[in-house]
Amino acid sequence: MAEALLTLAGVHTHIGQYHILQGVDLEVREGELTALLGRNGAGKTTTLRTIMGLWKASQGRLRFEGRDIAALATPEIARAGVAYVPESMAVFSDLTVRENLVLGARQGRLDSARLEWILGFLPALGKFWNHQAGNLSGGQKQMLAIARAIVEPRRLLLVDEPTKGLAPAIVQSLLAAFRELKATGTTILLVEQNVSFVKRLGDRVAVMDDGRIVHAGPMPDFAADRALQMRLLGLAMEAHT
Amino acid sequence: MRVIRSLLSDDVPRGRLLVALLAAILVGLAVVPFVAGGARALNTAATICVFIVLVASYDLLLGYAGIVSFAHTMFYGIGAYGVGLALGAMGPTWWAVFTGLATALTVTLVLALVIGLVSLRVRALFFAMITLAVASAFSVLASQLSDFTGGEDGRNFRVPEVLQPGYRLIESEIFGRAIDGRLLTYYLVLAVSVVLFLFLLRVVNSQFGRVLQAIRENDFRAEALGYRTVVYRTLANCIAALVATLAGALMALWLRYVGPKTVLSFEVMTDILLIVVIGGMGRMYGAVIGSVLFILAQNYLQLGMGRAAAQLVDWPWLARVIHPDRWMLWMGILFIACVYYFPTGIVGKLRGTAR
Amino acid sequence: MNDEFVPAQQGKGAAIPAAALDYAPLVLVPAVAIAMLPLVGSFPTWVTLTVAGLAMGMMIFIMASGLTLVFGLMDVLNFGHGAFVSVGAFAATLVLLPLGDWTQADSLALNLSAVGLAIVVAMVATAAVGWVFERLIVRRVYGQHLRQILVTMGGAIVTEQMIHVIWGAEQIPLPLPKALRGAFVMGDVAIEKYRLLAVAVGLVVFATMFLVLNRTRIGLLIRAGVENGPMVEALGYRIRRLFVGVFVAGSALAGLGGVLWGLYRETLTASMGGEIVVMVFIVIIIGGLGSVGGCFLGALLTALVANYAGFLAPKLALASNILLMVAILLWRPAGLYAVARR
Repeated sequence: MAEALLTLAGVHTHIGQYHILQGVDLEVREGELTALLGRNGAGKTTTLRTIMGLWKASQGRLRFEGRDIAALATPEIARAGVAYVPESMAVFSDLTVRENLVLGARQGRLDSARLEWILGFLPALGKFWNHQAGNLSGGQKQMLAIARAIVEPRRLLLVDEPTKGLAPAIVQSLLAAFRELKATGTTILLVEQNVSFVKRLGDRVAVMDDGRIVHAGPMPDFAADRALQMRLLGLAMEAHT
Repeated sequence: MRVIRSLLSDDVPRGRLLVALLAAILVGLAVVPFVAGGARALNTAATICVFIVLVASYDLLLGYAGIVSFAHTMFYGIGAYGVGLALGAMGPTWWAVFTGLATALTVTLVLALVIGLVSLRVRALFFAMITLAVASAFSVLASQLSDFTGGEDGRNFRVPEVLQPGYRLIESEIFGRAIDGRLLTYYLVLAVSVVLFLFLLRVVNSQFGRVLQAIRENDFRAEALGYRTVVYRTLANCIAALVATLAGALMALWLRYVGPKTVLSFEVMTDILLIVVIGGMGRMYGAVIGSVLFILAQNYLQLGMGRAAAQLVDWPWLARVIHPDRWMLWMGILFIACVYYFPTGIVGKLRGTAR
Repeated sequence: MNDEFVPAQQGKGAAIPAAALDYAPLVLVPAVAIAMLPLVGSFPTWVTLTVAGLAMGMMIFIMASGLTLVFGLMDVLNFGHGAFVSVGAFAATLVLLPLGDWTQADSLALNLSAVGLAIVVAMVATAAVGWVFERLIVRRVYGQHLRQILVTMGGAIVTEQMIHVIWGAEQIPLPLPKALRGAFVMGDVAIEKYRLLAVAVGLVVFATMFLVLNRTRIGLLIRAGVENGPMVEALGYRIRRLFVGVFVAGSALAGLGGVLWGLYRETLTASMGGEIVVMVFIVIIIGGLGSVGGCFLGALLTALVANYAGFLAPKLALASNILLMVAILLWRPAGLYAVARR
């Protein structure tokens, strides 16, 4: 079997004096959507930030397309083809929607055809093209953050809790957006608390607890096994089902 | 031995060399009037005493609480002006000294509280900028209200009789030294300085001091543990400011003069900053070693630099950089080197890896 | 940048109003100026004070703008910025003193060429000093505010001392070029020529910065970086390089400010930058740390208030800045234009 697009092996991350990641092993395969689940504080966001180089791993290997990225600076990791959609709608609120998207395009040029396609499944952005992103609603900001990450094709998309705090109708349209992205073969690592959301999207699933991966496998098996879900996620999932 | 330990709040200096140096400094300061008779030596010794207190109180802020203030000379100046102006206006009595001191302490407390509460809740940078602005406005104000403060020239005043040079405690001399008012003033300065230093040592080794250091290390965590960081930092700011005010009052009594150059200028602030960092941040004994070395160097090393510069007439550039007026250049470089390479300063080096 | 793409449905049914401009701070400057007219009493005096305030404000803006951007971008506050102002002023003497023939000639063109040349030399010199400063002093202390304040302060001391080493300890006279001395007189109103020049240069700098920030890709990156630096890095931009560029440009602007300020004072001392930097700090606090627009308004406001106060109650001139700062912070705790920050 070919090597996965992204591989983490025995990754440890310290933030100050706290030992957050304690040996994470994770694989993200090309063309698949891998959902990363877990309780609050399990280390999901830290995992994404470590992949992105925003926190430095103190130990372990991070390989992307067969290349060691543990020592690379954040901009180099992004240039290697990793895009990141942080938690809590991190758009540049002083900038307009258009400017946010222009920044996403490292070439400096927006490709009209690709943009038409993106606005096709994230239509709200077109409406507010020249508005300051800070004035958008939460859902619109989330869509903008996603659009900014994919405004040029990227090899891997890291998304941190996109549905957090959003109304069900907007979650539905995000679901459609992710389906569209999957259909075009984009590889995605999606951190979520909303299990029912990822059940409908994921190819594979990994569950974190206390800074480690405690379960990894195909999503259909996981989705079918309620006992496993209860054991791994406990009360966390009841809120969402 | 136990008495000493308790006086030092169990914060005994570690390292033999450090202990020896500190003991030598204490003994030296105690006997200086009888050993070196000159006015210059006595003046240097008194300045050292006052600076030890001034610098130690600043270290409470910088080294222990981790906040940078540029207003420390302002509080020092308030103490000096408070006592000086009161003595000038009310005549040379102890009553005037205490009135001036009480007024100065009140003004200091109010200012320190207001500045602290307004700007300490934000961040270290903000506090540094605000204190810089307030202190410079204050010093301009002090030199502009010349009817009251004497402006740029400052004011001379007479101290209570016991402290005047003409006063004799006893008629006979001891070790060839007249027991006059100057001598008494010097011992007053020394005694109060020792008490204030021991007080600061107590503060930093108390529960309060430990919380301050916890906040410096990680204010999020300290806040999470339930400590109101703003309250602690404001309190530290007030204590440091009040001690600086007392140091200013001592200086005024010693100099029998107050003026913006000696107690309010930014140069004094830079001196304090240099001494704290070079002596060792977050180590009270650093204030002692740093002040002694710095003030000795200021008074005596500059003479040496002058001589060396005079020898170097053939190399005008070299002569210029070691000209005595350029000694701050070398201090500045030493300062930067300390921040990078010896963050624990001289005392940290003397203590070795202890602590 | 490609502006051709316009989404089909843009603007239709826009539920939220287009980016609402925050007018209140903009109105504040003229409001203060007009409110002072009756207090000052005499119209010609008021014009003189206002022009002087604007000129002063422009000079402070030029010095402060780089500082506030550097802060916004990397959370670095350079306490040595004042020393750059002094370096700029002293570097100008390298041109203006030897070119005495040009500056004392009866020709505005020659005078202005001398000043222009001095500005170029000063900006190059301070840019170089800024670059060295960034490499030797600032680079190692990112994210450590305490050490940052200490080492930049130490750097300021060393820089100031080096000025003494190079130019001597005495203050240096820097006379204004001939054509820039004196005032235009219109009836009762007299406006000093040099102040007009300072206002003009300030406006040019502000307009240039505004254009660079709002119309270029670099500007877009700077604005985004000020708001959320790590996110800009996660998009694949090397923000360190951007920062060094902004730091060097900010230092060059401090040098430009130093030339203007030096010609205004007509005497140079090594500590002149350290003295003015207090005003600069007040201005960037008032403006909102990181905001160029706020810095511009804050500079004008501070200088105007200081000038009016200097006329109405001379002893309170500097305290007036503190009072102004307190008033503004009570109104808007993060300054006139708070920069959105994460």
